[in-house]
Amino acid sequence: MTNNLNNSYDVIIVGGGHNGLVCAGYLAKAGKNVLMLEAQSQVGGAAITDKLIGGKKVSSCAHFLNQLSPRVSNDLNLASHGLKLSASNISTIALDLAGNHMHLNKTSVKGGNVSNSDADNYKKFMTLMHEYAGTLGFMIDIAPIDIFNLDWDDKVAAMKLGWKFRFSLGAEKMSEFLRMIGMNIRDVLDDEFDNELLKGALSFDAVLGTYTGPYSPGNFLTFLYRIASGNSGAVDIPKGGMGAVTAAMSSAAKANGVEIRTGSRVKSINVDNCAVTGVTLENGEVFNAKIVASNANMKTTVLDMVGPRHFEADFVKRVGDIRMRGAAAKIHIALNDVPEFSGLARGDLINRLVIAPTQNDVERAFNHVKYGEVSTSPMMEISIPSLVDSSLAEDGHVLSATVQYAPYDLKGGWTKKARADFLEVCISRIAEYAPNIREKIEYAELITPNDMEDRYGLIGGNWHHGELTLDQMLMLRPVPEASQYQLPLDGMYICGAGAHPGGGVMGAAGRNAALEIIKGKTK
Amino acid sequence: MKKYDVIVIGSGHNGLTNGAFLAKAGLDVLVVEKNDYIGGATVSRNLHKDWKYSNCSYLASLFRPEIYRHLNLAKHGLQVVTYNGGFTLTDSGDYLGSFSDHEVMRREIRRHSPVDVDAYDRYYHQMAKWCRFIRPLLLRTPPDPTSFKPRDLDELKFLGKKFFDLGQRDLYDFMKFFTVSVGDFLDEFFDSDLIKAHKAGSAVVGTNLGPRSPGTAYVLLHHYMGDVDGAVGAWGFPRGGMGAISGALAGALQEHGGEIRINAGVDKIMVKRGKVTGVRLENGEEILADRVVSNVDAKKTFLGLMEPEDAGEKVVKAAKRYKSRGSSGKLNIALNGVPEFTALPKGSELIKGDFHIVDNMEAYERGYDEWKDGMWSTNPYLDILIPTLTDPTMAPPGKHFMTCFVQYCPSKVKGQDWNADLLKKFGDNVIDSIAKYSPNFKDLIEHVEIRSGQVIDNEIGLTEGNIFQGELSLNQLMFNRPFHGCAQYRGPVNGLYLSGSTTHPGGGVMGAPGANSAREILMDMKISTTVPEDEGDD
Repeated sequence: MTNNLNNSYDVIIVGGGHNGLVCAGYLAKAGKNVLMLEAQSQVGGAAITDKLIGGKKVSSCAHFLNQLSPRVSNDLNLASHGLKLSASNISTIALDLAGNHMHLNKTSVKGGNVSNSDADNYKKFMTLMHEYAGTLGFMIDIAPIDIFNLDWDDKVAAMKLGWKFRFSLGAEKMSEFLRMIGMNIRDVLDDEFDNELLKGALSFDAVLGTYTGPYSPGNFLTFLYRIASGNSGAVDIPKGGMGAVTAAMSSAAKANGVEIRTGSRVKSINVDNCAVTGVTLENGEVFNAKIVASNANMKTTVLDMVGPRHFEADFVKRVGDIRMRGAAAKIHIALNDVPEFSGLARGDLINRLVIAPTQNDVERAFNHVKYGEVSTSPMMEISIPSLVDSSLAEDGHVLSATVQYAPYDLKGGWTKKARADFLEVCISRIAEYAPNIREKIEYAELITPNDMEDRYGLIGGNWHHGELTLDQMLMLRPVPEASQYQLPLDGMYICGAGAHPGGGVMGAAGRNAALEIIKGKTK
Repeated sequence: MKKYDVIVIGSGHNGLTNGAFLAKAGLDVLVVEKNDYIGGATVSRNLHKDWKYSNCSYLASLFRPEIYRHLNLAKHGLQVVTYNGGFTLTDSGDYLGSFSDHEVMRREIRRHSPVDVDAYDRYYHQMAKWCRFIRPLLLRTPPDPTSFKPRDLDELKFLGKKFFDLGQRDLYDFMKFFTVSVGDFLDEFFDSDLIKAHKAGSAVVGTNLGPRSPGTAYVLLHHYMGDVDGAVGAWGFPRGGMGAISGALAGALQEHGGEIRINAGVDKIMVKRGKVTGVRLENGEEILADRVVSNVDAKKTFLGLMEPEDAGEKVVKAAKRYKSRGSSGKLNIALNGVPEFTALPKGSELIKGDFHIVDNMEAYERGYDEWKDGMWSTNPYLDILIPTLTDPTMAPPGKHFMTCFVQYCPSKVKGQDWNADLLKKFGDNVIDSIAKYSPNFKDLIEHVEIRSGQVIDNEIGLTEGNIFQGELSLNQLMFNRPFHGCAQYRGPVNGLYLSGSTTHPGGGVMGAPGANSAREILMDMKISTTVPEDEGDD
């Protein structure tokens, strides 16, 4: 669509992260005239493919695709817009120092001295988890129920939820779910399994990207979330890195008629007479629309872009109170060759490699972050995507790892020395399992939670634009008054991970927001 | 051979409450107690000369006023005396005092952190609101959310309406409050770390959680929702120590014809054809009854007092999964005088209240991390009281009794059982911690009783010494307490009931579980009940 004369649109999307792109795509598909404004020179937000010094490429933040909503993928026809997988449904390998690694799949586990009874229990447990996910997963794809202003959709959802809970699950599984919902992952796993490596790896899934340790109540739910979202927990590697996913979304949005302007940082969202009128860019350009959907962080949106004076004090206080502490860092390593992991064949290395030996180790690693320190012995999720995707590194390979835990508010700050020290800790940690890695390293970099805030606007360095804890989920996310994507200001919506169902390259928040905008319910 | 209508196993305050209400309804009740004294964890014991120690629980506040009135406990000698004061000592040599006068409290907060004065008002009102909301639920049986019985549906409807009536804003605030950590909760109000530390203690007392663990804000409420003479949130001492409560309950039980046998530890609950027939004592004696009420926690009841085939596979599994980890210890100290705290102004009345020595949130959390590794906290949270400043009957004239609750203390030390040496080290660490702030403290000590969770477990049967008979975590509250299927005070076989803190609404010297359980028993027997529901004291 060409630029119109009076800069007027039906909807303006602020921020071109993956949820913004999805939201724009759905709106344009429904016939809306949509403008997307992205501050950076490319769209994608935190889901892009970065070029490292030396030219090798790596996914900037998340490096596995495991939560992308199949509905979004189908509706926007992302495959036809170039989304390809270089590996799908890969296994998780829990690394063991003695080389006796454990291979985990959807409902089977082998290696790592796992006993028959643990293997049986794993099957039963994961089957139950998939059953919970299958029963309750529909909640991810709808706006949270607004129990005080039930509209028809809310009533249908509430009845569906009640029915599924009571009849699909049955009394026994329902009561078991009600028991487990608030639990910490550690107690859940201790009740089920004996094998420490198994429990360590599973607990890692519950704490990944969160500000919790295995002992923190409530993270059983984040564990379940991984399974309930996306393709039943299956882990894929996108061809071309995560940037290829957002490139496909961008292409789909454009094909549907969305106008995308990069290098256009929004300074303010404009309000007149208690209604949104459009936005002003930092360069002074003004664009008009009666609906603005922000893919930016909730705090940035409310406190900086719209401004607190357009909301009630109580609402502003709640927004300020949203907890968004990041505790995960990332490292990217360019390699001249694949390092050898003791006890693993080269072919095994295409899988998701996890360093989380025991639940206690994970918890001890978490302890530090509470005091503004980095883990001395961090936990990791490692990917070597170039093994299945040579486009990322023409010669040699790239390795990326998500590292738990590193705090946002490091005592003494993230100085050059602090960064170098922690990068060294992380490399040493990998070297415990891959002794020859140092010989292969061409370049290595550390991305701290603060970098994530600076680069991608992830306030606090939190991936989810708000921690995924019980008190910040569903109708409490991001704050109760905005849980159905519309803020208490005419025409103002949010469409990012700060809203239900939260972070991960899922696209569900963008889709749900678009559907609410199309529905056009007024508050 | 005599057959009782009901045998109650364990003479803790809930068992006695249960038995007293049943006796009052005309049933033939026998309470059996393994120790040579009654009261369980609600006792006053002569462990040193003329001193009386409240050697387990040490405060009354949560005890339901309805029970006090309906069992006429005043007549049986129970008198609760409110205390005032309390403070948190700071590392810098200052203190933050607790004052019951709201204006004075505001001034005290202003002295430390002017921006927190208004926050204190907001905090105070919100806590009071949640107290008023939750208190009427204490003397009710939780509904089974999976049941279609009219009674459960009615109760669910009642709860639903109650929640809905809060209104949008308060309901969402409450949902948040219910699941958030006390640290995060306090962060939304206060700026000063000292004020947060002063408030946070009650939220971790008895739990296996740190102040940054979700779910701890609720525990704060659990310690606030009591009252003394209608003053919500007030705390008091029973005159003569905690034993006065069990003494009065025993008086009420006996007044209505109930019997108590001490030195009568139960070996097994006898079951025949899916129905209880009585209990077999450790000495082999069998006592028959149509109903048995276990005031012992769910783990010990189902895994210790019952044969697995009687309890059934499902209940055995659930009981094994029931969490009752110990996290606290206690020192009971006989003093030759009142210790001086250099930080307090001379003659300050604050010393009559509960005082603490951890002045920052990080220290709490670090104490918790030590506990996770199987050690006691080197800088522990202490809840210290000298009841004899308010109730002089517990010690000889001029002498004093000090109770010192310690959080955290593991039930085993790095996997090792407690022994005299470890107890001494643990105790010395606590005493040294106090002595840092009170130069004459050590000289005043005449006798110390040091108690770890394991000691408490061995003595009165609280698994791992968990003061709540099972952790107060979200997965073990309401219809999940102790677990689904036994949350309405009924055990897995006919005629078996639970009455302890292991059931809703949980721990604290409250009496509510015992009363609720008695109401259910009478309902099953189709006897018009003598057990009060909430009488709306607010």
